[in-house]
Amino acid sequence: MSREITITIDDKKIRTVEGKILLWVALANDIYIPHLCAIEGKDLPEASCRLCFVEIEGKNKPVTSCTQPVYDGMVVRTRTAKVDRLVKTAFELLLSDHRLGCASCPKNRNCELQRIAKERKLKLRHTRFKYLGRETAVDDSPDSFSFDPSRCVLCGQCIWADHEKAKVGAIGFARRGLGRTVATFNYESLKDSPCTECGLCVEACPVGALSFKKNT
Amino acid sequence: MELLKGEKEAILKHTKEIFQEFEAKRENLIPILQEVQKRLGYLPRLAMQKIAEFLGIPPVDVFALATFYNQFRLNPPGKNEIKVCMGTACYMVGGKIALESFERRLNIKEGQTTPDREYSLERVACVGCCTLAPVVVVNEQIEGKVSPTRVDGIILSLQGEKSKEGEEANEDTKEKLKGEKQ
Repeated sequence: MSREITITIDDKKIRTVEGKILLWVALANDIYIPHLCAIEGKDLPEASCRLCFVEIEGKNKPVTSCTQPVYDGMVVRTRTAKVDRLVKTAFELLLSDHRLGCASCPKNRNCELQRIAKERKLKLRHTRFKYLGRETAVDDSPDSFSFDPSRCVLCGQCIWADHEKAKVGAIGFARRGLGRTVATFNYESLKDSPCTECGLCVEACPVGALSFKKNT
Repeated sequence: MELLKGEKEAILKHTKEIFQEFEAKRENLIPILQEVQKRLGYLPRLAMQKIAEFLGIPPVDVFALATFYNQFRLNPPGKNEIKVCMGTACYMVGGKIALESFERRLNIKEGQTTPDREYSLERVACVGCCTLAPVVVVNEQIEGKVSPTRVDGIILSLQGEKSKEGEEANEDTKEKLKGEKQ
Protein backbone atom coordinates (compact mmCIF):
# COMPACT_ATOMS: atom_id res chain seq x y z
CA MET A 1 0.00 0.00 0.00
CA SER A 2 2.82 2.43 0.64
CA ARG A 3 4.37 2.05 -2.81
CA GLU A 4 5.48 5.30 -4.44
CA ILE A 5 3.63 5.92 -7.67
CA THR A 6 3.22 8.61 -10.29
CA ILE A 7 -0.13 9.88 -11.49
CA THR A 8 -1.10 12.61 -13.93
CA ILE A 9 -3.74 15.20 -13.12
CA ASP A 10 -4.45 17.74 -15.87
CA ASP A 11 -1.04 17.06 -17.48
CA LYS A 12 0.75 17.60 -14.20
CA LYS A 13 2.89 14.68 -13.03
CA ILE A 14 2.47 14.00 -9.32
CA ARG A 15 4.42 11.59 -7.15
CA THR A 16 2.32 10.14 -4.37
CA VAL A 17 1.61 6.98 -2.42
CA GLU A 18 -0.62 4.21 -3.72
CA GLY A 19 -4.05 3.93 -2.18
CA LYS A 20 -4.44 7.58 -1.16
CA ILE A 21 -7.71 9.24 -2.05
CA LEU A 22 -7.51 11.19 -5.30
CA LEU A 23 -9.31 14.29 -4.00
CA TRP A 24 -6.79 14.88 -1.22
CA VAL A 25 -3.83 14.20 -3.51
CA ALA A 26 -5.13 16.78 -5.99
CA LEU A 27 -5.81 19.39 -3.31
CA ALA A 28 -2.38 18.86 -1.75
CA ASN A 29 -0.86 19.62 -5.15
CA ASP A 30 -2.80 22.85 -5.70
CA ILE A 31 -5.29 21.36 -8.10
CA TYR A 32 -8.72 22.53 -7.00
CA ILE A 33 -11.63 20.12 -7.17
CA PRO A 34 -14.94 21.42 -5.74
CA HIS A 35 -16.08 19.50 -2.70
CA LEU A 36 -18.35 20.00 0.32
CA CYS A 37 -19.04 16.68 2.02
CA ALA A 38 -15.58 15.09 1.84
CA ILE A 39 -13.82 14.69 5.19
CA GLU A 40 -10.19 13.66 5.35
CA GLY A 41 -9.83 10.81 7.80
CA LYS A 42 -13.35 9.50 7.43
CA ASP A 43 -13.25 5.84 6.44
CA LEU A 44 -16.37 5.75 4.32
CA PRO A 45 -16.82 8.92 2.26
CA GLU A 46 -20.33 10.33 2.20
CA ALA A 47 -20.02 11.17 -1.54
CA SER A 48 -23.30 13.03 -1.33
CA CYS A 49 -22.50 16.52 -2.61
CA ARG A 50 -21.69 15.24 -6.12
CA LEU A 51 -19.31 18.11 -6.78
CA CYS A 52 -15.93 16.39 -6.90
CA PHE A 53 -16.38 14.52 -10.18
CA VAL A 54 -13.33 13.91 -12.38
CA GLU A 55 -12.70 11.78 -15.45
CA ILE A 56 -10.12 9.02 -15.40
CA GLU A 57 -8.66 7.58 -18.58
CA GLY A 58 -9.95 4.04 -19.07
CA LYS A 59 -13.21 4.61 -17.20
CA ASN A 60 -16.23 5.44 -19.33
CA LYS A 61 -18.02 7.48 -16.67
CA PRO A 62 -16.87 10.33 -14.43
CA VAL A 63 -16.14 9.27 -10.85
CA THR A 64 -16.27 11.12 -7.53
CA SER A 65 -12.67 11.82 -6.58
CA CYS A 66 -13.46 11.53 -2.86
CA THR A 67 -14.09 7.79 -3.28
CA GLN A 68 -11.31 7.05 -5.75
CA PRO A 69 -7.97 5.64 -4.55
CA VAL A 70 -4.97 6.51 -6.72
CA TYR A 71 -3.02 3.88 -8.65
CA ASP A 72 0.16 3.91 -10.70
CA GLY A 73 -0.10 5.52 -14.13
CA MET A 74 -3.53 7.02 -13.43
CA VAL A 75 -4.45 9.84 -15.82
CA VAL A 76 -7.02 12.27 -14.43
CA ARG A 77 -8.84 15.21 -15.98
CA THR A 78 -10.64 17.60 -13.65
CA ARG A 79 -12.32 19.64 -16.38
CA THR A 80 -14.11 17.89 -19.21
CA ALA A 81 -17.50 18.51 -20.78
CA LYS A 82 -19.03 15.57 -18.90
CA VAL A 83 -17.56 16.62 -15.55
CA ASP A 84 -18.58 20.24 -15.95
CA ARG A 85 -22.13 19.26 -16.80
CA LEU A 86 -22.46 17.00 -13.74
CA VAL A 87 -20.95 19.58 -11.41
CA LYS A 88 -23.12 22.35 -12.81
CA THR A 89 -26.29 20.33 -12.26
CA ALA A 90 -25.26 19.29 -8.75
CA PHE A 91 -24.43 22.89 -7.91
CA GLU A 92 -27.74 24.17 -9.26
CA LEU A 93 -29.62 21.54 -7.28
CA LEU A 94 -27.79 22.55 -4.11
CA LEU A 95 -28.68 26.18 -4.73
CA SER A 96 -32.35 25.31 -5.30
CA ASP A 97 -32.58 24.60 -1.57
CA HIS A 98 -30.14 27.25 -0.41
CA ARG A 99 -31.29 30.70 0.58
CA LEU A 100 -29.11 33.18 -1.27
CA GLY A 101 -28.75 36.82 -0.36
CA CYS A 102 -25.01 36.64 0.15
CA ALA A 103 -24.78 40.30 1.14
CA SER A 104 -26.64 39.60 4.37
CA CYS A 105 -24.96 36.23 5.00
CA PRO A 106 -22.40 36.01 7.80
CA LYS A 107 -20.12 33.87 5.62
CA ASN A 108 -20.07 36.31 2.68
CA ARG A 109 -16.62 36.18 0.97
CA ASN A 110 -15.67 33.21 3.09
CA CYS A 111 -18.13 30.75 1.65
CA GLU A 112 -17.37 27.47 -0.08
CA LEU A 113 -20.30 27.89 -2.47
CA GLN A 114 -18.96 31.27 -3.55
CA ARG A 115 -15.54 29.73 -4.05
CA ILE A 116 -16.93 26.91 -6.20
CA ALA A 117 -18.97 29.39 -8.25
CA LYS A 118 -15.88 31.49 -8.84
CA GLU A 119 -13.56 28.58 -9.68
CA ARG A 120 -15.99 26.91 -12.03
CA LYS A 121 -17.60 30.09 -13.36
CA LEU A 122 -21.05 29.05 -12.16
CA LYS A 123 -23.81 31.50 -11.37
CA LEU A 124 -24.79 32.11 -7.78
CA ARG A 125 -28.38 32.48 -8.80
CA HIS A 126 -31.44 30.27 -9.07
CA THR A 127 -31.51 29.53 -12.76
CA ARG A 128 -32.75 26.19 -14.09
CA PHE A 129 -34.20 24.99 -10.79
CA LYS A 130 -36.35 27.45 -8.95
CA TYR A 131 -35.75 28.10 -5.27
CA LEU A 132 -37.81 25.77 -3.08
CA GLY A 133 -38.02 28.37 -0.34
CA ARG A 134 -39.14 25.98 2.35
CA GLU A 135 -40.07 27.39 5.71
CA THR A 136 -37.39 26.75 8.28
CA ALA A 137 -36.73 28.19 11.69
CA VAL A 138 -33.43 29.66 12.82
CA ASP A 139 -32.19 28.22 16.09
CA ASP A 140 -30.40 31.01 17.91
CA SER A 141 -30.75 29.50 21.37
CA PRO A 142 -26.99 29.01 21.99
CA ASP A 143 -25.17 31.99 23.46
CA SER A 144 -22.31 32.01 20.99
CA PHE A 145 -23.73 30.87 17.64
CA SER A 146 -26.89 30.29 15.64
CA PHE A 147 -28.08 27.74 13.10
CA ASP A 148 -29.99 28.71 9.98
CA PRO A 149 -31.19 25.54 8.15
CA SER A 150 -32.17 27.55 5.07
CA ARG A 151 -28.48 28.05 4.29
CA CYS A 152 -27.46 24.48 5.11
CA VAL A 153 -26.05 22.32 2.30
CA LEU A 154 -26.24 19.06 4.32
CA CYS A 155 -22.54 18.33 3.90
CA GLY A 156 -22.25 16.77 7.35
CA GLN A 157 -19.07 18.62 8.33
CA CYS A 158 -20.67 19.89 11.55
CA ILE A 159 -21.88 16.42 12.51
CA TRP A 160 -18.39 15.00 11.99
CA ALA A 161 -16.90 17.78 14.13
CA ASP A 162 -19.53 17.20 16.81
CA HIS A 163 -19.14 13.40 16.88
CA GLU A 164 -15.45 12.86 16.14
CA LYS A 165 -13.65 16.02 17.23
CA ALA A 166 -15.76 17.36 20.09
CA LYS A 167 -17.07 13.87 21.02
CA VAL A 168 -20.36 15.40 22.11
CA GLY A 169 -23.09 13.90 19.95
CA ALA A 170 -25.61 16.72 20.05
CA ILE A 171 -26.47 16.90 16.35
CA GLY A 172 -27.17 14.47 13.54
CA PHE A 173 -29.12 14.10 10.33
CA ALA A 174 -32.86 13.66 10.72
CA ARG A 175 -35.39 12.43 8.16
CA ARG A 176 -34.51 11.95 4.53
CA GLY A 177 -34.98 13.22 1.02
CA LEU A 178 -36.03 16.84 0.88
CA GLY A 179 -36.97 16.65 4.56
CA ARG A 180 -33.38 15.93 5.59
CA THR A 181 -32.06 18.39 8.12
CA VAL A 182 -29.33 18.72 10.68
CA ALA A 183 -31.19 18.31 13.95
CA THR A 184 -30.88 17.50 17.62
CA PHE A 185 -32.61 14.65 19.41
CA ASN A 186 -36.37 15.18 19.10
CA TYR A 187 -35.74 18.56 17.37
CA GLU A 188 -35.13 20.22 20.71
CA SER A 189 -33.30 23.53 20.67
CA LEU A 190 -29.51 23.42 20.79
CA LYS A 191 -29.65 25.01 24.21
CA ASP A 192 -31.58 22.02 25.56
CA SER A 193 -29.38 19.50 23.75
CA PRO A 194 -26.06 18.08 25.05
CA CYS A 195 -24.29 20.81 22.98
CA THR A 196 -21.35 22.31 24.88
CA GLU A 197 -20.96 25.29 22.53
CA CYS A 198 -17.37 24.35 21.79
CA GLY A 199 -17.80 26.00 18.40
CA LEU A 200 -16.07 23.25 16.39
CA CYS A 201 -19.16 22.66 14.27
CA VAL A 202 -19.39 26.37 13.48
CA GLU A 203 -15.77 26.39 12.36
CA ALA A 204 -16.43 23.31 10.22
CA CYS A 205 -19.45 24.79 8.42
CA PRO A 206 -18.39 25.70 4.84
CA VAL A 207 -21.42 27.96 4.30
CA GLY A 208 -23.50 30.36 6.36
CA ALA A 209 -25.71 27.81 8.14
CA LEU A 210 -23.76 27.82 11.39
CA SER A 211 -22.31 31.17 12.35
CA PHE A 212 -20.96 32.81 15.46
CA LYS A 213 -23.01 35.59 16.92
CA LYS A 214 -21.44 39.01 16.71
CA ASN A 215 -20.56 40.49 20.06
CA THR A 216 -22.72 43.52 20.53
CA MET B 1 -46.38 13.40 23.42
CA GLU B 2 -47.05 12.91 27.09
CA LEU B 3 -46.77 9.40 28.41
CA LEU B 4 -49.87 7.75 29.79
CA LYS B 5 -50.11 6.43 33.31
CA GLY B 6 -47.99 3.30 33.62
CA GLU B 7 -46.52 3.77 30.15
CA LYS B 8 -43.12 4.78 31.47
CA GLU B 9 -42.90 1.57 33.48
CA ALA B 10 -43.95 -0.46 30.44
CA ILE B 11 -41.24 1.20 28.31
CA LEU B 12 -38.57 0.53 30.91
CA LYS B 13 -39.68 -3.07 31.37
CA HIS B 14 -39.83 -3.89 27.66
CA THR B 15 -36.55 -2.20 26.74
CA LYS B 16 -34.84 -4.02 29.59
CA GLU B 17 -36.16 -7.34 28.32
CA ILE B 18 -35.21 -6.55 24.74
CA PHE B 19 -31.66 -5.57 25.70
CA GLN B 20 -31.12 -9.04 27.10
CA GLU B 21 -31.70 -10.53 23.66
CA PHE B 22 -29.12 -8.36 21.91
CA GLU B 23 -25.42 -7.66 22.09
CA ALA B 24 -24.65 -4.00 22.71
CA LYS B 25 -23.40 -3.45 19.16
CA ARG B 26 -24.32 -0.63 16.88
CA GLU B 27 -25.37 -2.98 14.06
CA ASN B 28 -28.18 -4.20 16.32
CA LEU B 29 -29.79 -0.77 16.36
CA ILE B 30 -32.37 -1.49 13.65
CA PRO B 31 -33.46 -4.90 15.04
CA ILE B 32 -33.78 -3.35 18.51
CA LEU B 33 -35.90 -0.47 17.19
CA GLN B 34 -38.10 -2.95 15.32
CA GLU B 35 -38.59 -5.04 18.45
CA VAL B 36 -39.42 -1.97 20.55
CA GLN B 37 -41.96 -0.81 18.00
CA LYS B 38 -43.46 -4.31 17.81
CA ARG B 39 -44.05 -4.33 21.54
CA LEU B 40 -45.00 -0.70 22.20
CA GLY B 41 -46.62 0.23 18.89
CA TYR B 42 -44.25 3.15 18.38
CA LEU B 43 -40.86 4.50 19.43
CA PRO B 44 -41.25 6.64 22.54
CA ARG B 45 -38.51 9.24 23.17
CA LEU B 46 -37.65 7.54 26.44
CA ALA B 47 -37.12 4.19 24.68
CA MET B 48 -34.78 5.83 22.15
CA GLN B 49 -32.76 7.36 24.97
CA LYS B 50 -32.53 3.99 26.70
CA ILE B 51 -31.40 2.33 23.46
CA ALA B 52 -28.71 4.98 22.98
CA GLU B 53 -27.52 4.38 26.53
CA PHE B 54 -27.44 0.63 25.95
CA LEU B 55 -25.46 0.87 22.70
CA GLY B 56 -23.21 3.66 23.95
CA ILE B 57 -24.05 6.05 21.12
CA PRO B 58 -25.52 9.58 21.20
CA PRO B 59 -29.35 9.64 21.35
CA VAL B 60 -29.37 11.81 18.23
CA ASP B 61 -27.94 8.88 16.24
CA VAL B 62 -30.90 6.71 17.26
CA PHE B 63 -33.25 9.56 16.40
CA ALA B 64 -31.55 10.03 13.01
CA LEU B 65 -32.15 6.40 12.10
CA ALA B 66 -35.70 6.30 13.45
CA THR B 67 -36.65 9.36 11.39
CA PHE B 68 -34.91 8.04 8.27
CA TYR B 69 -36.98 4.87 7.81
CA ASN B 70 -40.70 5.14 7.14
CA GLN B 71 -41.37 1.89 9.01
CA PHE B 72 -40.68 3.59 12.33
CA ARG B 73 -43.28 5.82 13.92
CA LEU B 74 -42.47 8.31 16.63
CA ASN B 75 -46.04 8.90 17.73
CA PRO B 76 -48.37 6.35 19.31
CA PRO B 77 -51.13 4.91 17.14
CA GLY B 78 -54.47 6.54 17.96
CA LYS B 79 -57.61 4.62 18.89
CA ASN B 80 -58.82 5.60 15.44
CA GLU B 81 -56.14 5.22 12.80
CA ILE B 82 -56.71 7.40 9.76
CA LYS B 83 -54.62 6.71 6.66
CA VAL B 84 -54.91 9.03 3.70
CA CYS B 85 -53.83 7.59 0.37
CA MET B 86 -51.26 9.59 -1.54
CA GLY B 87 -50.91 7.22 -4.47
CA THR B 88 -50.86 8.80 -7.92
CA ALA B 89 -54.61 8.52 -8.60
CA CYS B 90 -55.64 9.76 -5.15
CA TYR B 91 -53.12 12.56 -5.25
CA MET B 92 -54.40 13.73 -8.63
CA VAL B 93 -58.05 13.95 -7.55
CA GLY B 94 -57.37 15.75 -4.30
CA GLY B 95 -55.92 13.35 -1.74
CA LYS B 96 -53.87 16.26 -0.46
CA ILE B 97 -57.06 18.25 0.15
CA ALA B 98 -58.50 15.35 2.17
CA LEU B 99 -55.29 15.12 4.18
CA GLU B 100 -55.29 18.86 4.85
CA SER B 101 -58.93 18.72 5.93
CA PHE B 102 -58.08 16.03 8.45
CA GLU B 103 -55.09 18.06 9.64
CA ARG B 104 -57.30 21.09 10.22
CA ARG B 105 -60.16 19.18 11.83
CA LEU B 106 -57.95 17.15 14.16
CA ASN B 107 -55.49 19.98 14.70
CA ILE B 108 -52.49 17.71 14.08
CA LYS B 109 -50.05 17.25 11.25
CA GLU B 110 -49.58 14.15 9.13
CA GLY B 111 -47.68 11.52 11.14
CA GLN B 112 -48.97 12.84 14.47
CA THR B 113 -51.48 11.71 17.08
CA THR B 114 -54.00 13.87 18.92
CA PRO B 115 -52.97 14.55 22.54
CA ASP B 116 -55.89 12.47 23.82
CA ARG B 117 -54.66 9.61 21.58
CA GLU B 118 -58.07 9.29 19.92
CA TYR B 119 -56.85 9.87 16.36
CA SER B 120 -53.63 9.30 14.49
CA LEU B 121 -53.14 10.56 10.96
CA GLU B 122 -50.74 9.24 8.36
CA ARG B 123 -50.22 9.15 4.64
CA VAL B 124 -49.87 5.86 2.81
CA ALA B 125 -49.03 4.85 -0.73
CA CYS B 126 -51.58 3.11 -2.95
CA VAL B 127 -54.24 1.07 -1.09
CA GLY B 128 -55.30 -0.71 -4.27
CA CYS B 129 -58.72 0.73 -5.12
CA CYS B 130 -57.88 3.70 -7.32
CA THR B 131 -61.40 3.85 -8.84
CA LEU B 132 -62.58 5.13 -5.46
CA ALA B 133 -59.99 7.89 -5.35
CA PRO B 134 -59.35 9.82 -3.20
CA VAL B 135 -59.27 7.01 -0.67
CA VAL B 136 -59.02 7.18 3.11
CA VAL B 137 -58.65 4.11 5.31
CA VAL B 138 -60.24 4.53 8.72
CA ASN B 139 -59.57 1.66 11.10
CA GLU B 140 -59.07 -0.77 8.19
CA GLN B 141 -62.35 0.44 6.66
CA ILE B 142 -62.12 1.91 3.15
CA GLU B 143 -63.76 5.27 2.51
CA GLY B 144 -63.97 6.26 -1.17
CA LYS B 145 -64.34 9.61 -2.94
CA VAL B 146 -63.44 11.56 0.17
CA SER B 147 -64.26 15.25 -0.17
CA PRO B 148 -63.68 17.77 2.64
CA THR B 149 -67.37 17.43 3.59
CA ARG B 150 -66.94 13.67 3.81
CA VAL B 151 -63.97 14.27 6.12
CA ASP B 152 -66.30 16.07 8.52
CA GLY B 153 -68.77 13.19 8.18
CA ILE B 154 -66.11 10.60 8.98
CA ILE B 155 -64.98 12.45 12.08
CA LEU B 156 -68.56 13.03 13.22
CA SER B 157 -69.39 9.33 12.86
CA LEU B 158 -66.25 8.40 14.82
CA GLN B 159 -67.22 10.86 17.54
CA GLY B 160 -70.76 9.46 17.46
CA GLU B 161 -69.46 5.95 18.15
CA LYS B 162 -67.51 7.35 21.01
CA SER B 163 -70.42 9.23 22.55
CA LYS B 164 -72.37 5.99 22.54
CA GLU B 165 -69.66 4.63 24.81
CA GLY B 166 -70.36 7.39 27.27
CA GLU B 167 -71.36 10.99 26.98
CA GLU B 168 -69.20 12.05 29.90
CA ALA B 169 -65.98 10.64 28.54
CA ASN B 170 -66.51 12.64 25.38
CA GLU B 171 -66.96 15.85 27.32
CA ASP B 172 -63.80 15.08 29.20
CA THR B 173 -61.68 14.76 26.11
CA LYS B 174 -63.19 17.92 24.64
CA GLU B 175 -62.31 19.81 27.77
CA LYS B 176 -58.88 18.27 27.68
CA LEU B 177 -58.42 19.21 24.03
CA LYS B 178 -59.41 22.77 24.84
CA GLY B 179 -56.93 22.81 27.65
CA GLU B 180 -54.14 21.52 25.41
CA LYS B 181 -54.86 24.19 22.83
CA GLN B 182 -54.61 26.95 25.38
